[in-house]
Amino acid sequence: MRKLADLAHSRAGDKGNTLILSLFPFEEENFSLLVEKVTAERVKEHLGQQIRGKVHRHVLPELHALLFTCEGALAGGVTTSLALDAHGKTLSYALLELPL
Amino acid sequence: MKDKIRIGCGAGFSGDRFEPALMLTERGNLDYLVLECLAERTIALAQKRKQQNPELGYDIFLERRIESLLPLLVQHNTRLITNMGAANPIAGAQKIIELAKKLGIKVQVAVVLGDDVFDQLPAAALSMEENKPLHAYGQLISANAYLGVDAILPALKTSAQIILTGRVADPSLFLAPMIHEFGWSESDADRMGKGTVIGHLMECAGQLTGGYFADPISKPVPGLANLGHPLVEISREGTGVILKVEGTGGLIHPQIAKEQLLYEVMDPGNYFTPDVIADFRSVRFEQLGPNRLGVSGGTGKMKPETLKVSVGYQAGWIGEGEISYGGAHAVERAKLAGAIIQQRIGSYFDEFRVDFIGLNSLHGDSISLTGLPYEVRLRVAGKSSQKEIAQLVGEEVEALYTNGPAGGGGARKFVNEVIGVVSILIDRNQIKSEVQLFES
Repeated sequence: MRKLADLAHSRAGDKGNTLILSLFPFEEENFSLLVEKVTAERVKEHLGQQIRGKVHRHVLPELHALLFTCEGALAGGVTTSLALDAHGKTLSYALLELPL
Repeated sequence: MKDKIRIGCGAGFSGDRFEPALMLTERGNLDYLVLECLAERTIALAQKRKQQNPELGYDIFLERRIESLLPLLVQHNTRLITNMGAANPIAGAQKIIELAKKLGIKVQVAVVLGDDVFDQLPAAALSMEENKPLHAYGQLISANAYLGVDAILPALKTSAQIILTGRVADPSLFLAPMIHEFGWSESDADRMGKGTVIGHLMECAGQLTGGYFADPISKPVPGLANLGHPLVEISREGTGVILKVEGTGGLIHPQIAKEQLLYEVMDPGNYFTPDVIADFRSVRFEQLGPNRLGVSGGTGKMKPETLKVSVGYQAGWIGEGEISYGGAHAVERAKLAGAIIQQRIGSYFDEFRVDFIGLNSLHGDSISLTGLPYEVRLRVAGKSSQKEIAQLVGEEVEALYTNGPAGGGGARKFVNEVIGVVSILIDRNQIKSEVQLFES
């Protein structure tokens, strides 16, 4: 089964309790495929319990990038979270597990 | 006035490696070196050190970094801009002067003050994160406003070689020397936006040269063990060329720069700093040669009327305990161990969690469950307002050696004080920054 990791790379960042995931195709020609397949709804569904709030998607055609802001995703935020990865830094690779 | 300036970034967080800054200063032909060493929580921790000893509260690595850097800065006529002043820039400057005297070096340090707004904090102000009044967070520790270029510029106008700040916005550390050297107007929102793009790209140091990008399968980066940090040559027009010192490891590449451009950005069309509301959407990267990347584009709107203030508060204690299991029934034994701890102490905690490292500790159950691992590590964590209760987590996990399932090993226990951070906005006119000069 093909997954997102075969076509794209991602970086996770955090602001408070919001997880920020960027997504970039390795080849620019695959950008439109990502726009079509990787919707905010699919990301929320894929990450499941991890995300308690809304997912918003920014489409950045000049950068050939997508950016997802996921609210309520970091167990309260890095400074007080009990999670092993309190920043949610490893979640970029959770996104890349999304089946295509 | 110069047509081009070169700025290097030798550290992207307090604990960053030491040698890239030395390499940049020695071989980067820099006008300015920036060391960005102050995360949100770092300043609250520094404030606590200052409360215990009024001569402390600057960055814990300040002495080690400055001692090796200072002779090179003087030799190469490079100015240093750094937020290593943390919660106590004056004490930090005095320490630098003491080091300079010891080394027999004449140097001036300009200190930027005014970010500490703890004494003027409105207790009824609502946090941006939860819309809760500050007094609901219990005991507050620190409050530091993010200052901008308007606070740093007067320091650059002095003859000081070192500019030492507390909390300022990270991109402002880079934008200030651009304004100073090129005579840009602070009301030129387009140039403020372009300079902020470059500052934002640079502020995490090694993340722009392939650190935190590398994946040996899909995104290989050469020479990570000797990763060089970036420098940028900036033109009067606000375009840049990103480079690194010849012979260092890492890679300068558009895909790396794109990951960094969007890193920790909530809205790429509206990136708020004290200097501008920057728009990153039209930024362009162009590979000009090996390890040579052009950056252009980006713009901005007028700076906001408010400044963000990070407020640190006491948030109790977190206790953690870990123990590993391997071989037959490893997962079942780890789960039994977790259930034992949960039953014994789970109810003592406001927040409590049991994870299985190797199975579900990072991404939860829904994505991770794809077959059983050979070995698994139980991790238990609990948060409490009392240190003694938090300590129970590690003690109980350790007690699994003789009281729990077979074959547990490698138990570890940790207890850490928790400093929470929330943000509020305050009117920027309430904040008065100033500069003080020190010399050896």
